[in-house]
Amino acid sequence: MGVTTPNGFTLDTAGQRVVVDPVSRIEGHMRCEVNVDADGFIRNAVSTGTMWRGLEVILKGRDPRDAWAFTERICGVCTGTHALTSVRAVEDALGITIPDNANSIRNIMQLNLQVHDHIVHFYHLHALDWVNPVNALRADPKATSELQQTVSPSHPMSSPGYFRDVQNRLKAFVESGQLGIFKNGYWDNPAYLLPPEADLMATTHYLEALDLQKDIVKIHTIFGGKNPHPNWLVGGVPCPINLHSTGAVGAINMTLLNQVSSIIDMCQTFIKNVYLPDLVAIGGFYKSWLYGGGLSGKSVLAYGDIPENANDFSAEQLHLPRGAIINGNLNEVQDVDVRDPEQIQEFVDHSWYEYGEPGKGLHPWDGVTQPKFELGAATKGSKTNIEQLDEAAKYSWIKAPRWKGHAMEVGPLARYVVGYAKGHEDIKNQVEGLLRTMNLPVSALFSTLGRTAARALEAEYCGRLQKHFFDKLVANIKAGDQSTANVAKWDPSTWPKEAKGVGMTEAPRGALGHWVKIKDGRIDNYQCVVPTTWNGSPRDSAGNIGAFEASLMDTKMERPEEPVEILRTLHSFDPCLACSTHVMSPEGQELTSVKVR
Amino acid sequence: MTQIETFYEVMRRQGITRRSFMKYCSLTASALGLGPAFVPKIAHAMETKPRTPVIWVNGLECTCCSESFIRGAHPLAKDVVLSMISLDYSHTLMASAGHAAEAALEDTIQKYKGNYILAVEGNPPLNEDGMFCIVGGKPFVKQLRHVAKDAKAIISWGACASYGCVQAAAPNPTRATPVHKVITDKPIIKVPGCPPIAEVMTGVITYMLTFDRLPELDRQGRPAMFYGQRIHDKCYRRPHFDAGQFVEAWDDDNARKGYCLYKMGCKGPTTYNACSTIRWNEGTSFPIQSGHGCIGCSEDGFWDQGGFYDRVTNLKAFGVEANADKVGMTAAGVVGGSIAVHAAVSALKRAQKKQEKAEG
Repeated sequence: MGVTTPNGFTLDTAGQRVVVDPVSRIEGHMRCEVNVDADGFIRNAVSTGTMWRGLEVILKGRDPRDAWAFTERICGVCTGTHALTSVRAVEDALGITIPDNANSIRNIMQLNLQVHDHIVHFYHLHALDWVNPVNALRADPKATSELQQTVSPSHPMSSPGYFRDVQNRLKAFVESGQLGIFKNGYWDNPAYLLPPEADLMATTHYLEALDLQKDIVKIHTIFGGKNPHPNWLVGGVPCPINLHSTGAVGAINMTLLNQVSSIIDMCQTFIKNVYLPDLVAIGGFYKSWLYGGGLSGKSVLAYGDIPENANDFSAEQLHLPRGAIINGNLNEVQDVDVRDPEQIQEFVDHSWYEYGEPGKGLHPWDGVTQPKFELGAATKGSKTNIEQLDEAAKYSWIKAPRWKGHAMEVGPLARYVVGYAKGHEDIKNQVEGLLRTMNLPVSALFSTLGRTAARALEAEYCGRLQKHFFDKLVANIKAGDQSTANVAKWDPSTWPKEAKGVGMTEAPRGALGHWVKIKDGRIDNYQCVVPTTWNGSPRDSAGNIGAFEASLMDTKMERPEEPVEILRTLHSFDPCLACSTHVMSPEGQELTSVKVR
Repeated sequence: MTQIETFYEVMRRQGITRRSFMKYCSLTASALGLGPAFVPKIAHAMETKPRTPVIWVNGLECTCCSESFIRGAHPLAKDVVLSMISLDYSHTLMASAGHAAEAALEDTIQKYKGNYILAVEGNPPLNEDGMFCIVGGKPFVKQLRHVAKDAKAIISWGACASYGCVQAAAPNPTRATPVHKVITDKPIIKVPGCPPIAEVMTGVITYMLTFDRLPELDRQGRPAMFYGQRIHDKCYRRPHFDAGQFVEAWDDDNARKGYCLYKMGCKGPTTYNACSTIRWNEGTSFPIQSGHGCIGCSEDGFWDQGGFYDRVTNLKAFGVEANADKVGMTAAGVVGGSIAVHAAVSALKRAQKKQEKAEG
């Protein structure tokens, strides 16, 4: 006996309740509870954001030119994307345009983040859901070498000796009894399907990717001075360009451009030789495991990003597509207007906040947040020792954003579904090519594996775009334009008394928006609706479940007490909880506050 | 004490040659700013010291510290995780979750009582009975107290754990509280910065493993070797400061010549960190080198010291070195607001060190 939600999922709480807290290998803090029936299928899912930081309350009254630094600290994994969204919001509010070079440099940095984040996600946050490093000890290094040379003939690190070395190191590590990060993994769970050779190959690439990722981010360091958390600037980028004359060593010069160029090439080589072949090889062993579709085949949303030309955010000028699909109708991609008060609204009926009026939704420009931590009557345990949540009441620090009333999935798969439906040439070619290679139908996209695949394809596409904008930057400099910042409206005395703006990006995890109101040169209200707010959303007043919850439904668990399948599907979204659970600021409302210092 | 293998034994068993091992030791020595004479000392320590378990917990934070940590080049993150320490609990990297993860944590606490290092990323919020940050259904502060109890020492990673960072900026709605205000009976090493530099993080861990003691700390509890000098002291743009050559507006001719960013709000004169020497991401650059002023992210309460672009506007010409310190002192007073003049700070620090030595 179950209850069917308006968005088409039948929830049944009769079976065994399984609690996973903490959910690891994510950014931030998260809890998940599911009900599993007698046959091992998940029939109810509850996802909870378990942290709250209050950043937007903190932003109130500050200089809008500083906001990028505060919002950047929302997340150190997708570092920089909040900062970019913030400077775009402030520029939109104040009517500030940026130079062409700044657009190219910002795009290169944002694309660099996509590439870095997708690689780190796949190998370091997600791989252990599919790959069993302990099983790799049983591999034959020679057969692993043959496998490597078959799936990726051009990857040079493929000798039997190389794999034997890695295996020996792994063996010694495991035999030491100090298993470190592999401790208490679910290594004898039948959900792991790879043969030992594939496990050894993938574990080896875990280590290769760990070495590589520290070099990828150097593009951020060159343009922004450091990573994590590079520096940004309202009106452009802080790094000046000087290719020709005295002092060039203190600016972006030929040497640094060469370094950027070689990092872009290095990323593309790794994606081509390692990431994509691994996706196909690992995916090949799991291609009958097509659980986890959730909302991806029903309702997806993308704001679009990577403008070809500076200051032009019209949909046709964006390299990553914009649009919304509802009710699984891929024949109609709807326009998205983030300024329209009727399109994006946030609800808090099941979130630990209150609006004072049940069932109410608010557009971010008018957003209100009053935290209200209270547990439902059916909660098991106590306030500070929760054993089981009551999802009929409030149960998460994440709000429930809705697009025209619909719960939406955002992220690489959402972008790729929108792009595919819109006939975006690059995306369509990639998707069709992969499906052909793996001999899978389009419907296979709407799955956990599809989410993971879209991320890999997107890394490759974003790598190519990095190269495009690098060439564009160099061509523009060659044409005589070295400018990187527009300072005409740097001085607050040039600003209108009141202004409001919105900035959008496609963060690695999906559609990200910041809404700002500025009054008398100060931030009057600041609102962020982030990817994991969409994906990790709790139920709304109508009873629609969010993307995480939907994706877990009807998944078969091999062993309910070992949450391999839950982790696999949740990780496919690359959850970022610090992002989703900062705070919406009330206008003029006082929050409980006790100063430490 | 539980029998734990030495670092060297682990490395050898994992197929690392004596030669590579010595090379590693010399890299470690240079990363720590130690001379070649220290190489045999480090090697000896590595050969005899046990591999130390590390428990890494996360409170309110953004995970930039973990991300920075894996950017480490000397030593590589994989070598730290596979060969130097035993990272038995880490939200960000561990395979297990939920009950299995909690069990791993308990196991390490029991097995290595008094012998593990606790690394804290983020901080506990104290409002709402701590439930602004929940781990395993309980407030994070409870987990923090529990794991701190039997720790050998605590590392407070980054601005969050050290000082509170962004969530503790006014009005600090969750009452986010730095670790040392919650745990008061353990040695705590603060490694501030948002995030700290990767090599500083691995440098601190390597130092502790090598010398089996805490690094020398300043009066704020920071390792003196990395936080003993201001960014301004070692900034390669310092000659432009002394010569009175400043960037006056973003992307002006002076910016393209790499002049001093002081007038653009640079907090280098009031910020103690190693950015201008070690630099970021294998020495690639640091904020000032890439054209933006330092925002002071390793200083206590840097979010509430005025805007990042606020500057002193009444500076007169100062062309010679003798005046530069005076300018620096003005900067500390005006830009830093509540921060004391750095000369006084240095004097206090000297006094503090003497006191620590006397106590030690």
